[in-house]
Amino acid sequence: MSQMTQASLEQAVIARKRRSRKRNRAILSYTFLSVVTLLFFAPIAYLLIGSFKPKNEVLSGLNGFIPQHLTLANYGNVLQAFSSDSTGYFYKFYFNSIVVSAVIVLGGLLVNSMIAYALARLRWAGRNLVLSLVVLLMILPFEAIAVPLFDLLNDYRNTLFVQYIPFIASAFSVFLFYTFFIGLPGEIQEAARIDGAGPWRVYFKIIIPMSRPVFASVTILSFLAAWNSFLFPLMMVDSADVRPLPLAMTVFFQQQQKDWGTIFAFGVLLILPVMVVFLAFQRFFIQSVASSAVKG
Amino acid sequence: MANARLSTKGLFKKRFGNDQLAGMLMSLPGALMLVLFVVIPFFTAFVLSFYNIHLSNGHSFFMGFEQYRRILFDPNTSPIFWQSLGNNFVFALMVVPVQTGLAIALALLLNQKRKGIAFFRTFFFMPVVFPMSLVAVIWSLFYSRDLRGMINSLLNGISAGNIGPIDWLGTPGLALVSIAIMSVWAGVGFQMVIVLAGLQEIPLELYEAASIDKASKWQQFRNVTLPGLRNTLVFVVIITSIFSLRLFDQVYILTSGGPLGSTSTVMYQSVTSAWTDDNVGKGSAMTVVFVLIIIVLTLIQRRVLRQEREIK
Repeated sequence: MSQMTQASLEQAVIARKRRSRKRNRAILSYTFLSVVTLLFFAPIAYLLIGSFKPKNEVLSGLNGFIPQHLTLANYGNVLQAFSSDSTGYFYKFYFNSIVVSAVIVLGGLLVNSMIAYALARLRWAGRNLVLSLVVLLMILPFEAIAVPLFDLLNDYRNTLFVQYIPFIASAFSVFLFYTFFIGLPGEIQEAARIDGAGPWRVYFKIIIPMSRPVFASVTILSFLAAWNSFLFPLMMVDSADVRPLPLAMTVFFQQQQKDWGTIFAFGVLLILPVMVVFLAFQRFFIQSVASSAVKG
Repeated sequence: MANARLSTKGLFKKRFGNDQLAGMLMSLPGALMLVLFVVIPFFTAFVLSFYNIHLSNGHSFFMGFEQYRRILFDPNTSPIFWQSLGNNFVFALMVVPVQTGLAIALALLLNQKRKGIAFFRTFFFMPVVFPMSLVAVIWSLFYSRDLRGMINSLLNGISAGNIGPIDWLGTPGLALVSIAIMSVWAGVGFQMVIVLAGLQEIPLELYEAASIDKASKWQQFRNVTLPGLRNTLVFVVIITSIFSLRLFDQVYILTSGGPLGSTSTVMYQSVTSAWTDDNVGKGSAMTVVFVLIIIVLTLIQRRVLRQEREIK
């Protein structure tokens, strides 16, 4: 009898030990996660807090993280600093970025998915040639053609056109669509074809509705690249009138090294739309980026 | 004329059905744009690299391999190019191991079954959606050379005033390291997500078998996790190396290649040659060298991955 209680007591002790070890491990891992999160979030918090501080209190060591004397003045200053033809207008930068990104994303969805469908699902002479072209071009980063494009498109400097036209067709987007279309079950398409639907009908009525995930992925990836684009606008745009947001911010940063509050407010306004979309669809964002790599 | 077209169309139809015309038409806009804006510029880089071109006054003349001689061998003009190429490699040597290692660590941290993991994942990934231009602007205040700089202020506080203000971006040996640290912060979330996807593809049975064999956590990591991640890691290492070669935005915004060329890169030299110095030929020659390195890296990746398949 006493031996029995002894044994169950021991068991209880072991179980408790195990439970507390488990709890310790959980505490350890949450502490770790939180510390890393702080490290990752610090620069973003600094930007956000700084954008609401008086301009001479932003650059002040660790105090930059302390939210005090908060004001909206910086946001007003952004609008004020860009209110003449020589500086450009803030709303115009926004407009430029939106137009360029929209054309790249929407044009890209249509053009790249169409060619991918032709490569994945149609049989035609020249298909293999185009397919191998796409695969070859995938490895070329934009930097590899920036300088010759600068030369070739010299006549179109200082336009919105030059900022979107080279980026609509993308071998990488074609490849993402292609791998998705290849994986779609073929029965529905074949049945539709036997019923007399042509390739165009199948593409618009069957393929597009079945492929929402890949359309969303390509939208996210191409929007990020377009909105954040820097190198090509830097080379092609001198006039304030057609500057996109990142370039406008950099020009301002290099001219006005001291006005940190205004620069940070500009930064917040620049990242705001991306952040809203990211936080709303963050799961999807992360999946898109991961899938882009696994397939590529 | 109309007849001839009809008959070729009929011939096509016989051979390939309706798909021939549709296939060509659907590919046309995309293929045309790829040819115009990628293929032609790609070959144009080779052609331009044999010329001396000044866009400002329209002068251009053929000069053979002169541009290559200037950037690679001329004792007066080649040192900065070699220094820039060297900087790219030093940058890669810093960023590739650190970023890959950190990506694995973060992915393992996120691969636990715990409440709220998605919340942490969001924060780790967040810097990836920031444009590099904005990242550089924020970090320029972190790296500010006096005590008002965030990092100097932090170090000064921790060391009770013993670590004086450091000029992070203005000291030749330090500027590239500073840019590397910032780039790791901005980019590691990308690699982390890729590794995380790789981790989730490793079959759980392997871990179960390992723990039945009483393998320690470390042994499991060495013998199950790492081999399972092999292809993912090859991809991550290659793509991070290519990122390192593309280094431009941060350098342009923060240091303009200085001090003393210590943060200059191949792309920085290429772009400033063409754009600031109005020398498209020189910039193109550097582009060609850049492309050759990219191609070699990609071939190495293919090779390594193919070996893996043969082993399997």
